[in-house]
Amino acid sequence: MNNKQYLVLLALVAIIAIIPLAMYSGLGEDDGFFGGADGAASEAIEETGYEPWFESIWEPPSGEIESLLFALQAAIGAAIIGYVLGYYNGRAKKDE
Amino acid sequence: MHIMEGFLPWEWCLLWYVISLPVVAYGVLQIKKITEKNPESKPLLAVSGAFVFVLSSLKLPSVTGSCSHPTGTGLGSVLFGPAVASVLGAIVLVFQALLLAHGGLSTLGANIFSMGIIGPLVAWLVYKGVQRVNGSTLLGVFLAAALANLMTYVTTAIQLSLAFPVPSFGVAFNNFMLIFAVTQIPLAIAEGLLTVVIFDYIMKLRPDILENLKVIGTKMKEKVGAVM
Repeated sequence: MNNKQYLVLLALVAIIAIIPLAMYSGLGEDDGFFGGADGAASEAIEETGYEPWFESIWEPPSGEIESLLFALQAAIGAAIIGYVLGYYNGRAKKDE
Repeated sequence: MHIMEGFLPWEWCLLWYVISLPVVAYGVLQIKKITEKNPESKPLLAVSGAFVFVLSSLKLPSVTGSCSHPTGTGLGSVLFGPAVASVLGAIVLVFQALLLAHGGLSTLGANIFSMGIIGPLVAWLVYKGVQRVNGSTLLGVFLAAALANLMTYVTTAIQLSLAFPVPSFGVAFNNFMLIFAVTQIPLAIAEGLLTVVIFDYIMKLRPDILENLKVIGTKMKEKVGAVM
């Protein structure tokens, strides 16, 4: 595939992510939208009368800290991918 | 697909640990074996792990109005086999359990089973299956990654319905499938597309490594070479 085809595929991914935002535009967490599916499953389990027997040892104290750690997770991954593929790319160009 | 901390009765936690840990241990041995045989594949192992890191941190909105995330395990499984992908999945799940209160230590075995074992196993089987019928490599990668993603969530739904068959396994399974699987379909397609892009780029730059790992045949390399 060439660069243009990559861009088309990446644009498709962006569209897949944007469609739900457009579909439920104006609705937010308070209306029951865009919560996590994991959380929804936990609620369904609690409805059966089950009580969790173990709690997380440590929890991010706020949404800010949670997003910090999620961003860190993505950044670590992105840095490694960029480094290795960039190295390969540079080498391929040098060999030409 | 993360079953939250404490949200499985301890007997189930134990069962999934007993099933998952040997697979992860086998994966560690496989990593040693593969990197000794093909030391030049080490950077790709890092990329595969990094890909799981990135994708599983992206919580995307879905058409059902709730959010979920891709798993990223398809790439590692296609490149290195399902057991190696189990190790990569396990690393990310430990990170998320300890630092993000996402998933948990008690449910780690169960989460490794869905995201680290069934997902990669499906990816590997689908990729090999498409290869066997001489289907296109990229189609194989797309289907492998998308179905791995989807089946990971179906597995979680099965695990939860087994532990909470209220009022019956079938009804519970329907409920959990509605929560997980339907939300997951568009995300599975997105994950398939992203995996195709990175796989194709790797195939363009280092077809030799993919060939040594027996991911693509020798003929494929010539074809890629001709296109470049």
